[in-house]
Formats: sequence, structure tokens, C-alpha cells
Amino acid sequence: MLNAIPADWLWGLAGGLLIGTGGAVFLLGNGRIMGASGILGGLVDGSGRSNWAERAIFLLGVFALPLLLLPVAGPVDTHVTQNLLVLVAAGLCVGIGTRMANGCTSGHGVCGISRLSLRGIVATVFYILAGGLTVALFRHLLGVI
Amino acid sequence: MPRFLLAFLAGGLFGTGLFLSGMTDAAKVQGWLDVFGAWDPTLAFVMGGAIIPMAIAWRIAEGRKPLVGGTFPKPPEPKLGRNLVVGSVLFGVGWGLAGLCPGPAVASLSYGGWPHWVFFAAMLAGMILTPFARAQLDRAVPAE
Repeated sequence: MLNAIPADWLWGLAGGLLIGTGGAVFLLGNGRIMGASGILGGLVDGSGRSNWAERAIFLLGVFALPLLLLPVAGPVDTHVTQNLLVLVAAGLCVGIGTRMANGCTSGHGVCGISRLSLRGIVATVFYILAGGLTVALFRHLLGVI
Repeated sequence: MPRFLLAFLAGGLFGTGLFLSGMTDAAKVQGWLDVFGAWDPTLAFVMGGAIIPMAIAWRIAEGRKPLVGGTFPKPPEPKLGRNLVVGSVLFGVGWGLAGLCPGPAVASLSYGGWPHWVFFAAMLAGMILTPFARAQLDRAVPAE
């Protein structure tokens, strides 16, 4: 049993179920949609001032639990690029894009698709296509990432 | 107070799920997007796994009220505007470049090292700049 290392997809499925359960708690408990870009964006652009504490506490949970799990899990390599230009460009694109589209992988993807929202499905198709093309272009043609 | 406890619980479950599923590992996310390379199917399992409890929650929500009071969010207008498409494409480009999206960006801050903080800061700057970006877009392509 000890050397039976579960496959990546099993961790993915288990983690996914936890993510969805978090979304279910936020919806059924607080009546809120668990969209990371909306929760974070509302804090930094001032549009979420009326419920800033709820947003901040949610984000604290997202930040703190992995930190608590680290001693058990051991060091994690996140394989994120150290290219400063790529990091800044990517962050700007994600920040502007998710706020303009009013959602990201959690809001449009998880919460939107699960209620069969047309906007969520269309957004997800477009960000996955754009992401796929970006990796194809910058990894295989340009060799940057 | 229950509102804050539930918010922490929801965020904690979200962060734990992101951590355990490997979604804070850019190699896994970019691997899923990399259909011309060594394709990694993990993200599909994460998405599928997350949609199941959420779909059940939407069912439970019908005809009820949230535990702490108030009302459930109404479904958005099924309008597919320019902002939705342009924003999602822009998001996808950034997601592909760094392999991070907003949730994992927060979840990985404590252990990802300085590149995660650079990405996070740029993402926040982008969020603050969005009204200006939208105004530029309005000038170039008038909204419908």
C-alpha cells in the first residue's frame, strides 16, 4: 500500500471535488459565486467595498490552507517561468482579461458550466482555445516558455 | 460571524483542492493546453470533479435561500458581448504564458517563490487598469 502512489488524475479528481465543494459552501451558505477573479478584483478596484471582509476572509482561506499542508506535502515545484517579461505580460493579461470577461476558470468554468450558463461555456471555450494557441506559439514556434 | 466562517471554509476547501490537484503547478496547466506536446489530461479531471458538487449545489439552491440570508445570485443575461470574448481570449493568453489563473495564483503565494509574487502583482495591476483598457477598446471597437 505504501508504495502505491496514486496517479495524477486521481489527485486531480479528488482536488476537483474539494474545489467544487468549496464553491457549493460559498453558494449555499453565503449566496455567493466562487469566482476568484471577481472576489479579488472587487477588493482591488473598490467595487466590492460593501462586502470586503467576506472577500478577504475567503482569500485568506485560499492562501492559508496550502501553507498549512506544506509540512505534510513537502516542497513543491510549481514550474513557473522566471522570465520577468513573460510573468508581467501574463499577469496583466490575466488581470485585465478576467475582469473584462467578468470571470475566470472558477467563476465561468466551475460555477458557470455547472449551471449550464451560456456565458460560462462560451468564455471557457475561448480561454482554452487562446491558451492552447499561446502554448503552441510560444513553446513550439518561438521557444520562449 | 457565520458568514465569515463559511467564507473561510469555502476558501480553505478551494485552496486545498487547488493544492492537491496540482493546479498550482504550471507544468500541469500548460501541459493540458499543450496539445502539440506531452498532453496532460489532469485539468479535465479537476474541472469535471469540481463541476459535480457545484451542479448539485445549484439544484439544492432552487427555491431556497442561502443559509446566512439574502438571495441567490440570478442567472446573468445570456448575452455574449464583445467584452466576454475579448476578455476571455486575453485571459487565455496570460493563462497559457504563465500557467497560472487567479485562484491558483493566490493559493501558491506562500510556496511558489518570487515569480508568483511578480505574476500576482501584475495581475492586480491589470485588474485595476481594466476600466482604462475597456475605454481603449470602446474607442477602437464600439460596443454593440
